[in-house]
Amino acid sequence: MSRNDSKYFSTTKKGEIPELKEELNSQYKDKRKDAVKKVIAAMTVGKDVSSLFTDVVNCMQTENLELKKLVYLYLINYAKSQPDLAILAVNTFVKDSQDPNPLIRALAVRTMGCIRVDKITEYLCDPLQRCLKDDDPYVRKTAAICVAKLYDINAELVEDRGFLESLKDLISDNNPMVVANAVAALAEIQENNSRPIFEISSHTLSKLLTALNECTEWGQVFILDALSRYKAADAREAENIVERVTPRLQHANCAVVLSAVKMILLQMELITSTDVVRNLCKKMAPPLVTLLSAEPEIQYVALRNINLIVQRRPTILAHEIKVFFCKYNDPIYVKMEKLEIMIKLASDRNIDQVLLEFKEYATEVDVDFVRKAVRAIGRCAIKLERAAERCISVLLELIKIKVNYVVQEAIIVIKDIFRRYPNTYESIIATLCESLDTLDEPEAKASMIWIIGEYAERIDNADELLESFLESFPEEPAQVQLQLLTATVKLFLKKPTEGPQQMIQVVLNNATVETDNPDLRDRAYIYWRLLSTDPEAAKDVVLAEKPVITDDSNQLEPSLLDELLANIATLSSVYHKPPDVFVTRVLSSAQRTEDEDYVEGSETGFSDANPANGPASPPTGRQLAPASATGAPATPPSVAPLPDLLGDLMGMDNSIVPVDQPATPSGPPLHILLPASTGQGLQISAQLTRQDGQIFYSLLFENNSQVTLDGFMIQFNKNTFGLAAAGPLQVPQLQPGTSARTHLPMVTFQNMSQGPPSSLLQVAVKNNQQPVWYFNDKFSLHVFFTEDGRMERSSFLETWRSLPDSNEVSKDFPAIVIGSADATLERLAASNMFFIAKRKNANQDVFYFSSKLPKGVPFLIELTTVIGNPGVKCAIKSPSPEMSSLFFEAIETLLMG
Amino acid sequence: MAGAVSALFLLDIKGRVLIWRDYRGDVTAIEAERFFTKLIEKEAALYVNRSGVGMENFDCCIVKFVFKLLQGDPQSHDPVVYDNGVTYLFIQHSNIFLMTATRQNCNAASLLFFLHRTVDVFKHYFEELEEESLRDNFVVVYELLDEIMDFGYPQYTEAKILSEFIKTDAYKMEVAQRPPMAVTNAVSWRSEGVTYKKNEVFLDVVESVNILVNSNGQIIRSDVVGALKMRTYLRCDESGCSSFLDPTFLKTVIKFCLSLGNANENRILDGMPECKLGLNDRVLLEAQGRTTKGKAIDLEDIKFHQCVRLARFENDRTISFIPPDGSFDLMTYRLSTQVKPLIWVEAQVENHSKSRIEIMVKARSQFKERSTATNVEVELPVPADATNPNVRTSMGSASYAPEKDALIWKIRSFPGGKEYMLRAEFRLPSIVDEEATPERKAPIRVKFEIPYFTVSGIQVRYLKIIEKSGYQALPWVRYITMAGEYELRLI
Repeated sequence: MSRNDSKYFSTTKKGEIPELKEELNSQYKDKRKDAVKKVIAAMTVGKDVSSLFTDVVNCMQTENLELKKLVYLYLINYAKSQPDLAILAVNTFVKDSQDPNPLIRALAVRTMGCIRVDKITEYLCDPLQRCLKDDDPYVRKTAAICVAKLYDINAELVEDRGFLESLKDLISDNNPMVVANAVAALAEIQENNSRPIFEISSHTLSKLLTALNECTEWGQVFILDALSRYKAADAREAENIVERVTPRLQHANCAVVLSAVKMILLQMELITSTDVVRNLCKKMAPPLVTLLSAEPEIQYVALRNINLIVQRRPTILAHEIKVFFCKYNDPIYVKMEKLEIMIKLASDRNIDQVLLEFKEYATEVDVDFVRKAVRAIGRCAIKLERAAERCISVLLELIKIKVNYVVQEAIIVIKDIFRRYPNTYESIIATLCESLDTLDEPEAKASMIWIIGEYAERIDNADELLESFLESFPEEPAQVQLQLLTATVKLFLKKPTEGPQQMIQVVLNNATVETDNPDLRDRAYIYWRLLSTDPEAAKDVVLAEKPVITDDSNQLEPSLLDELLANIATLSSVYHKPPDVFVTRVLSSAQRTEDEDYVEGSETGFSDANPANGPASPPTGRQLAPASATGAPATPPSVAPLPDLLGDLMGMDNSIVPVDQPATPSGPPLHILLPASTGQGLQISAQLTRQDGQIFYSLLFENNSQVTLDGFMIQFNKNTFGLAAAGPLQVPQLQPGTSARTHLPMVTFQNMSQGPPSSLLQVAVKNNQQPVWYFNDKFSLHVFFTEDGRMERSSFLETWRSLPDSNEVSKDFPAIVIGSADATLERLAASNMFFIAKRKNANQDVFYFSSKLPKGVPFLIELTTVIGNPGVKCAIKSPSPEMSSLFFEAIETLLMG
Repeated sequence: MAGAVSALFLLDIKGRVLIWRDYRGDVTAIEAERFFTKLIEKEAALYVNRSGVGMENFDCCIVKFVFKLLQGDPQSHDPVVYDNGVTYLFIQHSNIFLMTATRQNCNAASLLFFLHRTVDVFKHYFEELEEESLRDNFVVVYELLDEIMDFGYPQYTEAKILSEFIKTDAYKMEVAQRPPMAVTNAVSWRSEGVTYKKNEVFLDVVESVNILVNSNGQIIRSDVVGALKMRTYLRCDESGCSSFLDPTFLKTVIKFCLSLGNANENRILDGMPECKLGLNDRVLLEAQGRTTKGKAIDLEDIKFHQCVRLARFENDRTISFIPPDGSFDLMTYRLSTQVKPLIWVEAQVENHSKSRIEIMVKARSQFKERSTATNVEVELPVPADATNPNVRTSMGSASYAPEKDALIWKIRSFPGGKEYMLRAEFRLPSIVDEEATPERKAPIRVKFEIPYFTVSGIQVRYLKIIEKSGYQALPWVRYITMAGEYELRLI
């Protein structure tokens, strides 16, 4: 016998299931064991072996522990789909929970807790009760977790049977691992309950702190995390706690270290003695530094946390900036975080060294990292007044390298430096002007134009410089247009000579008559009115003194910081977001089935995400200061809060959630048909939908380009159902970085194509700025199903019989699983596929549906499946069998959800 | 605060699920697979963008990208990603990804560390953790996934102990002969085939020197990370615990309780050897009122294996523990005192015209003459398009490794206080692409080992093994220093 398990994967002959069935019932033990292994192998590769349920369960009563575990594993997977048969296993479970071998007792109770079938749960209570009081700590620690499992399935049962009390008793258990698991279970139960269940008294606290010394590394994490909720009464108690937690900083497990740091930081808030605080800070520094020698993934978590810690306690790592210098082989996500912390730790003392590092990074290859390094120099200049001059000279050196993106980034930060230190560094403007031609990014261009306008009186040829931009005014993105307008007005007010006067005419004309950007137009009219009524007043307004900016953009709100610090080491501290933003706990098992109907809605979720931004860069951290004092470009209206945060979590600026999301909650997920990479920055996502008997084409336009897009039009090629737009496409002017969603009403049978039916829909979209874009969409047949498709049972049977058998077509979908019949019926009904009847055939369920295409073409549908198991067979009968392939495509997407 | 994972996935390099264990039933494999394959594709797309290959060859690029992953290039995406209500945390090991999915506010540090521990457990079982070994041992994998985590909470990850009760006649993959790691070189006494009849303890003091030198020759960072690696072969006297029924299971329970550090089950621990380690730790020696005579050292941030009693160390700096059987890292420490670079490398690069580049390198050993560095390897970056190398060295041999864009200079034995030279010349293509993205500026990297030497001067003063029956146990101590991340930036 070969000892290689992989052989179990290899039998794929026909008739596999009956063969396995026979082997499972073999009289030889070895053969049975091999057969179970084959079953598990089949399960692993995703084959449906649920029909062997009875046969596998029959192998459960065995002395062989390995075999028993395999059968248990099978049960965990399939009990849900065979709830009635799962009862067969209960007896053995109960028996096993009393086995003399503690491993088997624990295994039984652990597995029972994983089987989320109500009928089994009832039988779990007695064994669980026994196991919670078992002599063996291994069994007790398993039972403790099992209480949390049971609570998740049936909270009432746990409370009725007094399991919570038993669990609380386990906190005083003499085995620390039991204590740790009891703490984890209680903490989880408390999390989902508003009533106080797990209150930590000072007595519990001291018991847990004792257990801390002795339990496993993971147990220590549970206990420390649970204790971080404890509020010490006074400074003395806080000091006591800290004293007992401090030794954990020496633990080899970095999670223990971080959780200990969290505890200490929380208690430190109460400690008044500055000596103690200083001493603690000193103690925490080395372990935090050591975290940076861990694996890169852990370094990343550590760095995100250190970022928070230095915001609250800057002294801890004030002298350790060198450890955050990037190594050549650090993954980019580690480098980005290190940079962020270097900025926070930069001080007058270490700035020279830090600048040398930044300069080194600015010549690296990764563009995002280089940009961030350049920005970092600017942020240091703004933060440290005395170092500003050195920062500027480094920036000027970088500009001289003439790497395009470095220059642009440098100009953006220099503009901020000017705002921070007015009338100090303007002498460098001449150098900046040399790179004028190379600028092609809107932000850099806008910054440069702002500088020219602001310092027009010091730049001899300011008018020439601005004029060079004016030629391309209509093509510029809105951000640049706005700056150009303001700068020209400033220039005119400062130098009211002939040249500027002509320029202002051109600009105002361009910005009012020839634009349909309301922001630009409004601003231009205001300037116009001001200039024409009272030039002196205009001066007061436009050239007013601007408030000096400060470097506070990278600091989190104190209250948010508090919350995040209480969540050190957790995901919340990695994302820099409070937990309720991303925790999506599914509460009851009833909801769970629906949750499995995963909707594909987040295609852009990461396709656009820039690793540089990280999943969690706080939105406020990106810009340093408003682009201009005289009114920055209007920020896009705020987006619905939750989706935006989620979007931001993914580090994407172009959330798929549109600005004006329609009120209909079931807005379908749209497919990207024209990716931004093909559409010169314009991204179009669309989907055909049906609402209240009317077909709509839902479209989402996202403008990622640098220019404002307007004048959208749409055209459809001939297609099977003759779909065409019922009216003109209504898309407002799209500013760069904004998006718009629209519902285009559609009509059918307008421009029919000949030839075999096809789900292809060819679409052309044009706008005033770009060439015509062509893209293909595939529609799903179900959008054509009419609301009057419901049939009576009798007429269904009649129609079925009246159609010749040659009109029946069927297809198998081996991968589709119908988890819940009700949910599926509901979903199909929502797409106008109406349920007629259901019957049982052996262990399979057979469902009948009807639906109707426009012009009264009926479809009779038969679905055969085993609920909860992969594999659906679909048979249809209709007068137009040529439509069947389209139909199968549609039903597949509908069943997939 | 509580948080547990919903499922643990083992994925292949393209993001397909090989084996997974569902702990909570609120995340599906389809969801996870869809997420992860998309992530891989996106990463590949980014890679394509950066390498400047057209999108039309996308499939070909995915292959290239996967190849890059297999070569161990760090993946660039954050290891913690949120998608559609689920947070995915993942790490890569050879050609598989280990990933957990959760819907709660989990302890991210703990989970990522747990994944690394899981790798260790699998490696203990299968020697090599890769796609093939997972398939070959799927039964054990399922068993282990059941044991190391329960309901999404990490439970137990001591491979040694796990293998006591998750037994397997696991087919171990035959691994192709590969060059041994630097560490295993150092531990040369671990020759195979020797059976230890004596009670023995081996202690290896391994220090790695990390250094970062600026392009103007300034040391901007240096630290030493030390580890005390222990291998124990101590008999355990089992006479004190004969009341159980099944002796093999009894042994399991002992090991298990022991590893939990359970002091309350003391009757089982009777018979276990207790160790005490004495170092020349200044704090300890001064506390004991001894004169330190400059021999004592200051250790910064000591981390201990979980068998060491931390509270006791905090109290009186005594390192006492009951060692697990076999090999483990007893403690690690760090020193951030400025150390003189043990091997100093200077390089001069001269571009003669546009078609020829000349590199002159000087390597100098800056430690005492009685020590000798072995297996010294200096990796010198050269332009990617360099050809026709012409190299001369005053010692050792140099070879051009185009796959790394580097020249590798190997010196088997490098005594202290010596200086060696290398002179190399390369041809460059005379036509230069003006548009080309600047090349990544790689630093010079150095590898070496210096046996019988530590930078910190750490010394094991004693290792006492206290055991009731009073058997003799022999401790062996060895010292070695090696290069960690030893980088010197070029101008």
